[in-house]
Amino acid sequence: MFVIRIPRYWRSKGFRYRLEGYRCEKCGHFHHSPRLVCRKCGSRSIRRDRLSQTGRLISYTVVKSSTPLFEQYVPYVVGVVKMVDGSLVVGQVTDCDPEELREDMQVEVTLRKIRVDGENKLIQYGYKFRPVIE
Amino acid sequence: MTNHVFASSVTLFKKLQEVMAAMPKVNGAYIHGYGGYVPRFRIKAAEIARVWGKDEKDVPIREKAVAGLDEDTITMAVEAARQALTRAGVDPKKIGAVHVGTESKPYAVKPSGTIVAEALGISNFITSADYEFACKAGTEAIQTIIAMVEARRIEYGLAIGADTAQGRPSDALEYTAASGAAALVIGGESKDAVARFEYSMTYVTDTPDFWRRSYERFPMHTSRFTGEPAYFKHTLTALKSLLQENGYKISDFDYFVFHQPNVKFPLTVAKVLAIPNSKVETGLVSGIIGNTYAACSLIGLVRILDSAKPGQRILLTSFGSGAGSDSLVITVEDGIESKRNKAPQLDKLIARRKEIDYALYIKMRDKIRGVQ
Repeated sequence: MFVIRIPRYWRSKGFRYRLEGYRCEKCGHFHHSPRLVCRKCGSRSIRRDRLSQTGRLISYTVVKSSTPLFEQYVPYVVGVVKMVDGSLVVGQVTDCDPEELREDMQVEVTLRKIRVDGENKLIQYGYKFRPVIE
Repeated sequence: MTNHVFASSVTLFKKLQEVMAAMPKVNGAYIHGYGGYVPRFRIKAAEIARVWGKDEKDVPIREKAVAGLDEDTITMAVEAARQALTRAGVDPKKIGAVHVGTESKPYAVKPSGTIVAEALGISNFITSADYEFACKAGTEAIQTIIAMVEARRIEYGLAIGADTAQGRPSDALEYTAASGAAALVIGGESKDAVARFEYSMTYVTDTPDFWRRSYERFPMHTSRFTGEPAYFKHTLTALKSLLQENGYKISDFDYFVFHQPNVKFPLTVAKVLAIPNSKVETGLVSGIIGNTYAACSLIGLVRILDSAKPGQRILLTSFGSGAGSDSLVITVEDGIESKRNKAPQLDKLIARRKEIDYALYIKMRDKIRGVQ
């Protein structure tokens, strides 16, 4: 079974908790994890940055047959969200039934439980998207 | 001569005591931002009564809020705190303390506050702790943050009350034990503050009304102690002591908010003190979201702040089993008008309602064993 190892998860908590990553100062490309060189333009000028907390749902799918890791959440929605800066982020969409979804709907970032490690019971938290509460 | 000086000193001391007694006990601690969170799932008390063969006419509330499968005390604390920070307009790096009051922390050992702080981008150089005092843990967190601000140990602090309350299937508590969170950003004096803490009073005793031992999934309670010796004694003693010590009258307050394990108890307190129901109803939400434990009275406060006017005075009295009450006098400041609409009002969160049946409820509250 695929397992998200604790150290690996912990290293990526900046992005998983806050959508915090690394942006190239030359071309503006956003990287999820630390990089010395921009993957897009090769620049070495990279600074820490945080994505906006809202975006638009541009595509989604309803998962009805999942890996054992997310079985209890079935059916759940995985969507592609275009953030305000144009970056695309893939994530689960929560607090919304599949029939309520529509493309281009405004969503916002929320922190949720992603899963609980079956072996050691550590809770892995991370971002999900949900319809904007206005 | 010596006697005369002594007599003058005693008179002066007595006058000083009178002045001190009349002075606000809290100096220079203000609410800069506030936030409340209610999950979107609801189960009607009548549905719980149906499953356990009880008469739905006897249920204590209409319905209660239920945390979703991917929610817990920490995620709800983050939701409320995010709103509080947005309203405060404070750089998260200026927050010097994150204290979470709860009796349903996801870990027996591992702080909730550090996860909340990291999720919100708060500095790593903070104090952080989880507080436990049953339903009073949220106001305990507030008291500590107030003291740290008063002592100028921190510029701003975050006090949170959050719970996913547990109730044993078929137990009386199952009808009301609900989920929710509320958070306050507390800091020093500022012209755009939302409200000012004026006075606080705490009363605690050792009372065996409700408890949960380690490794137990559900709490125990003794019905004989729940009302008179626990809730009413502590709520009324803290509240009356505060009024007597500082010379306040019921008519000095525009709103009252109490801990609300149901609808009847806070309304009974209002009746005993001859408080008009109109001053209690705004902050009384347990009928439609249930008893959110450590968040309970604070969510009531959030609802009041959503509509209160500058200059209005609020008396908040929490209650936690075990047992004790914190009574806080809060005066609304001018900043409320500009900050109120920076985040969704509580009624919008309450309105985002999806009804579930008992089967889904026990799945969401992890009451089905054998499933991870």
